[in-house]
Amino acid sequence: MEEVDVEPSTTLIPGAGFYQKHLGFEWGPGDLIVYETNYKLQGNESCSPSVHIVRRDEDICSPILRKLFSESHLIFVGLQKIKEDVPSKNKKSQFVSISKNYRSVIRACMEELQQNAGKRSHDTHPVSILLAIELIWNLCEVLFIDAAPAGSLLLQLLDWVRLHKSDVDAKAREVLQSDSPAQHQSYWDVVISLVLQGRTDEARQVLSKQASLRAESSSVFKRMDGLLQTMPIFNPTGTQTLTEFEVKWRHWHEECDRCLQDNTFASNRHLETICKILVGDEDTLLEQKELLSTWYHFLVTRLLFTHPTIKPPDLHYYAQSSMNMFLGPRASPEPLDIILLSAFEFDLHQVIKDCSIALNNWWFVAHLTDLLDHCKLLQSHNLHFGSNLREFLVLEYASGLFTHHSLWQLAVDYFDHCPEFGRVYLELQIERVPLDTERKAIKVLRICEDRQMSEQVRSICKIMAKRALRNNRLGSALSWTIRAKDAAFATLISERFLQDYSNKGSFTDLDLLDNLGPAMLLSDSLTFLGKYREFHRLYGEKRFSEAARLLLSLMTAKIAPRSLWMTLLTDALPLLEQKEVIFSVDQTYELMSCLEELNSGTKHSNLTDQDEDIESTKTELLRLALARNLTMAIVKEGTIET
Amino acid sequence: MFVAKSIAADHKDLIHDVSYDFHGRRMATCSSDQSVKVWDKGDDGEWHCTASWKTHSGSVWRVTWAHPEFGQVLASCSFDRTAAVWEEIVGESNDKQRGQSHWIKRTTLVDSRTSVTDVKFAPKHMGLMLTTCSADGVVRIYEAPDVMNLSQWSLQHEISCKLSCSCISWNPSSSRAHPPMIAVGSDDSNITYSGKVQIYEYNENTRKYAKAETLMTVTDPVHDITFAPNLGRSFHVLAIATKDVRIFKLIPMRRESANSSGPTKFEVQVMAQFDSHNSQVWRVSWNITSTLLASSGDDGCVRLWKANYMDNWKCTGILRGDGSPVNGSGHAAALSAVGVPVAAQMVVGAASAGRLKHSMLQYFY
Repeated sequence: MEEVDVEPSTTLIPGAGFYQKHLGFEWGPGDLIVYETNYKLQGNESCSPSVHIVRRDEDICSPILRKLFSESHLIFVGLQKIKEDVPSKNKKSQFVSISKNYRSVIRACMEELQQNAGKRSHDTHPVSILLAIELIWNLCEVLFIDAAPAGSLLLQLLDWVRLHKSDVDAKAREVLQSDSPAQHQSYWDVVISLVLQGRTDEARQVLSKQASLRAESSSVFKRMDGLLQTMPIFNPTGTQTLTEFEVKWRHWHEECDRCLQDNTFASNRHLETICKILVGDEDTLLEQKELLSTWYHFLVTRLLFTHPTIKPPDLHYYAQSSMNMFLGPRASPEPLDIILLSAFEFDLHQVIKDCSIALNNWWFVAHLTDLLDHCKLLQSHNLHFGSNLREFLVLEYASGLFTHHSLWQLAVDYFDHCPEFGRVYLELQIERVPLDTERKAIKVLRICEDRQMSEQVRSICKIMAKRALRNNRLGSALSWTIRAKDAAFATLISERFLQDYSNKGSFTDLDLLDNLGPAMLLSDSLTFLGKYREFHRLYGEKRFSEAARLLLSLMTAKIAPRSLWMTLLTDALPLLEQKEVIFSVDQTYELMSCLEELNSGTKHSNLTDQDEDIESTKTELLRLALARNLTMAIVKEGTIET
Repeated sequence: MFVAKSIAADHKDLIHDVSYDFHGRRMATCSSDQSVKVWDKGDDGEWHCTASWKTHSGSVWRVTWAHPEFGQVLASCSFDRTAAVWEEIVGESNDKQRGQSHWIKRTTLVDSRTSVTDVKFAPKHMGLMLTTCSADGVVRIYEAPDVMNLSQWSLQHEISCKLSCSCISWNPSSSRAHPPMIAVGSDDSNITYSGKVQIYEYNENTRKYAKAETLMTVTDPVHDITFAPNLGRSFHVLAIATKDVRIFKLIPMRRESANSSGPTKFEVQVMAQFDSHNSQVWRVSWNITSTLLASSGDDGCVRLWKANYMDNWKCTGILRGDGSPVNGSGHAAALSAVGVPVAAQMVVGAASAGRLKHSMLQYFY
């Protein structure tokens, strides 16, 4: 069995290679940049001014194909959910129906593409690939998933052939609808085509048009009609056993043969041909090459008229010889032919391998292999090999989806169902999803959070926080930082908030600051920021004693950075100057000691004279206010209420 | 089918390096014309040049982006013996409207006495660290301790490789199972030191980088080197561009005693070797998932290599310039495969399954 090894084709990049011969490159998301360069030269060279971005043709991967991806995604996810404990007989019908679902999605996509096919020649291209895919899939369904036994096998193969040779119906309609069908030039082609496909009733119907015309030869037509009518067709649901059917079929076959020996149809060469077909005469069948058009049609027809009770293991003898006979000595098989042959030989591994190489189409092999793996058809080879193959292909497919700006979300489910490498592939690729908007970032985050990918969560939040900070959106930066649980960055942002406050006199993003909750504890600076804002709020609500207590605790508990103590003490001023005493004696003493502590520290030498003046004025004011408060507090506390 | 879109890069001289940012939305190009240009991908999918400025006083060899966690930061290295760090400044609103942004130099690293041949940022879990290598045979590792202040960088390590260095690559893995690892390639034609790839590993105890391995089988000049993304493997994969393409597997060997302090010992295996370029290979690079390796050679081709599930490597694609001067229209042009006339790519009749040689859903990823 020779390998279907397609040599890689060379793709030419227009506009490169004229001035310099080397091609530089860089990987991008879903594409490759190439540019003309020369690795050996330094410069002062003539060169191509362009870089080229090489990617798959977007037009072909149209919205229609995207529908294929999203609908097959649903089927895939549903398939993964099928429970292991369901008895295998029921599962087989489930798998067959899933296979049919996949195929109907392919067909729907094909039809849409065909409808939309414009004048552009390469629009027929994906349609033909989809046709090939559906052809192969259908055959795999018949042979592997449904695993039809002898008897049913041929019937299903007949269905398969009929489904993929639809021009017969069109021609038949044309003939029957014409004025005189029997005179139509395609008349006999239609009859023979129908017979080749085993559609005896329809063939009889068309034949009857001829019979009505020629009275003198009507007996011959009646004879043919009789043969066609009595051709036994196996009924899998009936009571007749295969052996009984075989006997019946032999009798009928002998009768057809007798007609040939008796020269019954000698008067009409067409009927003679048909009779030879019924007998399964190979030469006659081969003469119908044009009508059969493919070797697998030839194969199935040949089996229909020589071995209708073919058993699956015997299929490959006939497949190989049919292909050789049909193609002839000079024509060589195409990749598609080899794939189908491998299927007839029940060599699943070869089918998948050849499809991967020849089609280079991950969608197809990934989904088909996944389904076959669920049917437990791959494991008979070699334990590791089977599951690795399925996972390998699904990972390939999903990785390709990830570069798509909208389809990447589908890929996540595929990775989820790859037990060995799915998680690490997802971790690697989800970080690269461009975070264009906050909404998209949150979507990506949710996916990571659901899967406990904490490093990715942190990284994404950090990127968003950094971006917000660069654009001076402090509130946004802070909320991303909290989500990232990045203490260092939280400190940084808190300091920016406080800086802003010193400059403007008010806080921004009050909503956020007021509702920090336990997130406040992420960093000391953040805790201070939150509490400081709380102080302002309490003050605004005129809850002065609570505010006072909070303010004091900010300094004594060392939550506030030293640099801000002056600001805090200044904030205490209005509280000190209230009519009623707010700070108690003890609290006042504490404030005083804070003030002294502040003043005893090293003075900043870079303060201007003016600044130093302001500072000392503030200190004086504070000392005065504190002293006054102290007196009032002592009096208040010393007074006995009567 | 593939489409190639041309972008007029408008460099006045050879382009030596192109680098995508982490998300693939921005791009930097550097050239012998001593400048770096930054491109942004718009919502329309088109690339616009948003900055172009002179960065060095010699050819700029490489340009690279820092991880976006550190902001919008670029590093460049040049023949003028320096490497530089650049940061984007959020511009005035009218700048934004014009689609222009400004980059300012944060620092110049002048320690090298010769041309600086490569510059790379270390993996982000190590902090903001920049690494350079020079023709003077020294690899220098710098760190910015305060990520908010990019003008302060300190030289943390100087690794003397004894051979003129051409390329460096950090092992991107952040697994705690192994310490930071850097590979250095040399294009020195010196025959005394025959192993042209050296692997250095960080030692937690000595706080220094020590040589863990020299690939003695690589005896020809090495032009490029790159670790593959790790993907949860226990071994490391390293691709090398030399007289051919070589992929090495480095399997860490178990330490004999629990507290042995030397660098990790590796078992070195050759995973693959490709000589299809039939000439010097100048660049190698892994795609994001390390499922595809691309190489560029003296034969003017870019080749793509892929391993199947049985770890058999094959060439899956070739790109080559068609030798035509630029048409300048910048239109997307459908590319034809060599040797197949365009008409033959069409399929006649919807009823036939047709030829399967061309893919519709092939991705570069």
